[in-house]
Amino acid sequence: MALATVWIRNLFAATMLMGIFSLLAASLYVLLDAVDVALTEAAVGAGISIILMLGALVLTTSKEKVHDARHNLLALVVVLITGAALIYGTMDMPNFADPKAPAHQHVSPRYTQESVDEIGIPNMVTSVLASYRGLDTLGEVLVIFVAGVGVLLVLGAGGFQRRRRESGEEEE
Amino acid sequence: MEWLGLYNYWVVVVLMMAGFYVVIAQGNLIKKIVGLNIFQTSVFVFYISLAKLDGGTAPVYLEGVTAYTNPLPHVLILTAIVVGVALTAMGLALAVRVYEAYGSLEEDEINAQDEQDA
Amino acid sequence: MSPHIVLRVGAKLLIPVILLFGLYVQFHGEYSPGGGFQAGIIFSAALILYALIFGLETVQQAVPPAAVHALAALGALLYMSIGIWAMLAGGNFLEYKVLAADPHVGETAGIILIELGVGITVGAVVITLFYSFAGRARPKRGGD
Repeated sequence: MALATVWIRNLFAATMLMGIFSLLAASLYVLLDAVDVALTEAAVGAGISIILMLGALVLTTSKEKVHDARHNLLALVVVLITGAALIYGTMDMPNFADPKAPAHQHVSPRYTQESVDEIGIPNMVTSVLASYRGLDTLGEVLVIFVAGVGVLLVLGAGGFQRRRRESGEEEE
Repeated sequence: MEWLGLYNYWVVVVLMMAGFYVVIAQGNLIKKIVGLNIFQTSVFVFYISLAKLDGGTAPVYLEGVTAYTNPLPHVLILTAIVVGVALTAMGLALAVRVYEAYGSLEEDEINAQDEQDA
Repeated sequence: MSPHIVLRVGAKLLIPVILLFGLYVQFHGEYSPGGGFQAGIIFSAALILYALIFGLETVQQAVPPAAVHALAALGALLYMSIGIWAMLAGGNFLEYKVLAADPHVGETAGIILIELGVGITVGAVVITLFYSFAGRARPKRGGD
């Protein structure tokens, strides 16, 4: 699905493919027991991202120009070299779902075994998110607030009624 | 054959490279943002696949279950997804303004107009 | 028989259900997957659905942009004030144990309140983004 997005020219179709890719990723998360993340990815990737991209496409065009293959070759070589380097780096990594992997050793046993006694709520992801790592969540709320302010500065507030009264033209 | 245990990382690397290629090779600005999203999603898949434990269940407390999947990467990815949507929104807003100022979304046409004006 | 009547009737049935589901995910975030972010996005999805079917002007009469901007700031402010309340009650910043007599009750109360702040901000910001993108449409299309 991701590879199809590379080749497609119509931007509208590329947006739809991105949505399907997000939905497949959300199903993958459910299979990997990450239910909170699956809910968020399904809502965000297959919902909000699509709405925003469709909004941007309405405000601009939806076709893409065809390029010559010459400067694509340099990009392809860079991508292949980076991919080979990354695959070489994964040779040392632990096997998939290995219980002895370092990711499961240090802080996580404390979260899974003691968070229910220390905090008293069953959902461990919420207790880590809101209590153990509450400062990170504060930063994230501020990031999304700043993004909202930024888009307001760039695009304006979209006050439909005020603009209509000013210009006085018949809409729709 | 221990390579069989590493296949999830290779899948992620392939996805990541697809997104990376779209960001650097394609000229259309909105296509670049789509590529960036693919790149981000592949990184999330990487982290979530790191979190999985053989024989564990979802990290919600149930009576009698002792092995839970690691909740720490879930938390990090939850934050990262929301930051990703903030980034996409900001990027699309800038792309819309660029289109209104230059009349086109292709990178080379925008550079050509800048060189003409400069 | 006006056009799009199936869409209008279906939306009128669905939108309250979506809002209710958003509230459920918000407050049930401690017992099942969910919490603030998901709830905020579901809530804003209901409003976006309303805007897509009934028009941008109608939804802006119900939820004006100025109110949404104020709500976004209010959510972040709520989050930080819980942290400062914890400091005033004698603990560190964002330490919920000290908010009530029993530490478990304090933790639960703190988590519910900050998830509420997160949900309000995320929902309000997504609605703001939608208003900005949709309000900029060219005049002859009348907003999308």
